[in-house]
Amino acid sequence: MRPSTEPQPLSVGTALAPEAIIRFESVSKNWGSNHVLKSLNFEVSPGEKVSIIGPSGSGKTTILRILMTLETPTEGLVNVDGDVLWNVTAGQKVRETRQLRETRRKIGMVFQQFNLFPHMTAMENIIEAPMHVLGMNKAEARERAADLLNLVGLGKHMNHTPPQMSGGQQQRVAIARALAMRPKVLLFDEPTSALDPELIGEVLNVIRNLAHTTDMTMLMVTHEMRFAEEISDRVVMFDNGAAVESGPPAQIFKDPQQERTRTFLRAVLQH
Amino acid sequence: MIWDNNFAISVFPLLLEGLGVTVQITLLGTLLAAVLGLVFAVLRRLAIPVLSPVVSFLVVFVRGTPLLVQAYCAFFVLPAYGVSFDALTTGVVVIGINYSAYMAEVYRSGIQGVPKGQWEAATALSLPGARTWGRIILPQAIRTVVPMLGNYLIQMFKDSAVLSAITVVELMATAQAIGSSNFRYLEPLTMAALLFLAVSYPASRLVNRLERRYAPQH
Repeated sequence: MRPSTEPQPLSVGTALAPEAIIRFESVSKNWGSNHVLKSLNFEVSPGEKVSIIGPSGSGKTTILRILMTLETPTEGLVNVDGDVLWNVTAGQKVRETRQLRETRRKIGMVFQQFNLFPHMTAMENIIEAPMHVLGMNKAEARERAADLLNLVGLGKHMNHTPPQMSGGQQQRVAIARALAMRPKVLLFDEPTSALDPELIGEVLNVIRNLAHTTDMTMLMVTHEMRFAEEISDRVVMFDNGAAVESGPPAQIFKDPQQERTRTFLRAVLQH
Repeated sequence: MIWDNNFAISVFPLLLEGLGVTVQITLLGTLLAAVLGLVFAVLRRLAIPVLSPVVSFLVVFVRGTPLLVQAYCAFFVLPAYGVSFDALTTGVVVIGINYSAYMAEVYRSGIQGVPKGQWEAATALSLPGARTWGRIILPQAIRTVVPMLGNYLIQMFKDSAVLSAITVVELMATAQAIGSSNFRYLEPLTMAALLFLAVSYPASRLVNRLERRYAPQH
């Protein structure tokens, strides 16, 4: 165990292992008698790009949703960037605290279904939170939004609304929207699962670029195994509410240690 | 009794005046109902202790009692407790509150129709509650219920005749007054009916067009 909760400067270029930016300690999530997460311990280092793989119902999406505060853990402690996000004892009624709201701002999320605001243009989607959460003025917010739209290759689409865009374009706007809040941690929840096959590439390209050019921590749930292998520093295999195996992509995909990982990969890589 | 054209023409301006009052009641009443209904729908959804259950009860109470009874209570009973307004004001408030209970349900269905992902995106962006409601949820919710609100407007236009019972001189009361003072009901009541129709029919056509325009885009 490393000494916890001591505020430490993000170690740059030191030999010490950096303090985890995400830490789950004994986190459980139950839906009635269904145990989605079972006393999970899980850490992600600053800047790390981690892919979570595993069969559906294995609890992998729940991890992202707990981090984004879309779900409340039944029990356990979740730390993000040195701050407590969740500290829940079993049976306790959980309220949304200021601490939670402030810690949440360090996290952004890209959803499977994009979840853009359909009545707003791409530009309006992106500047909404920077203006009304970060207090940025409109001119600055628009300028940054334009940069971000260029970054995702949609500079010409700023005045289009989501219904006027393809799924791939919508997802790229959604990525730009999340980036506009300058999150330290960006979560991707199966970002290409809702896309037509020919549109997957353009979204993966944007994510790949981010992975290679930013020091943002990225946590991705995905079924794109080859993509996960290519961009991740680490791959975590989930099954039945627990992390079964974790390691560099080369090891997980080429030489998995656990039988469960082997059967899962055999099943998904056949297609 | 045979239709008397001259009599009909002579009382027509009076009926038009009555129609003017009816339209006025409808517009003000709808405005009140639309605003109050929205407030009620949001308060119920927010599940605030005490306040939300009180609003829920109020909605059930208003929907469960006749408009006529509510109008009588407001006009003849409340003044005994020191709450007294002229008939027109009382009528607008009563019909506005009455319809707000129905419109609250309409808004509720609209709010429920907004996909869960919209709330989640707002949370993921840390948007404050007021901003989430005002900029994200309600614009989408209201858009889908505009035609239903329009239908209630038309219904209120016709229902406002009930307010003649509390001495509001709208179209129905005017027709009745003309009838009783001249002992001729055929012309004023027929024309009153036609005037109601002359407004409500085009209005319902308009609502039909709105329905097509605001149909779900998916």
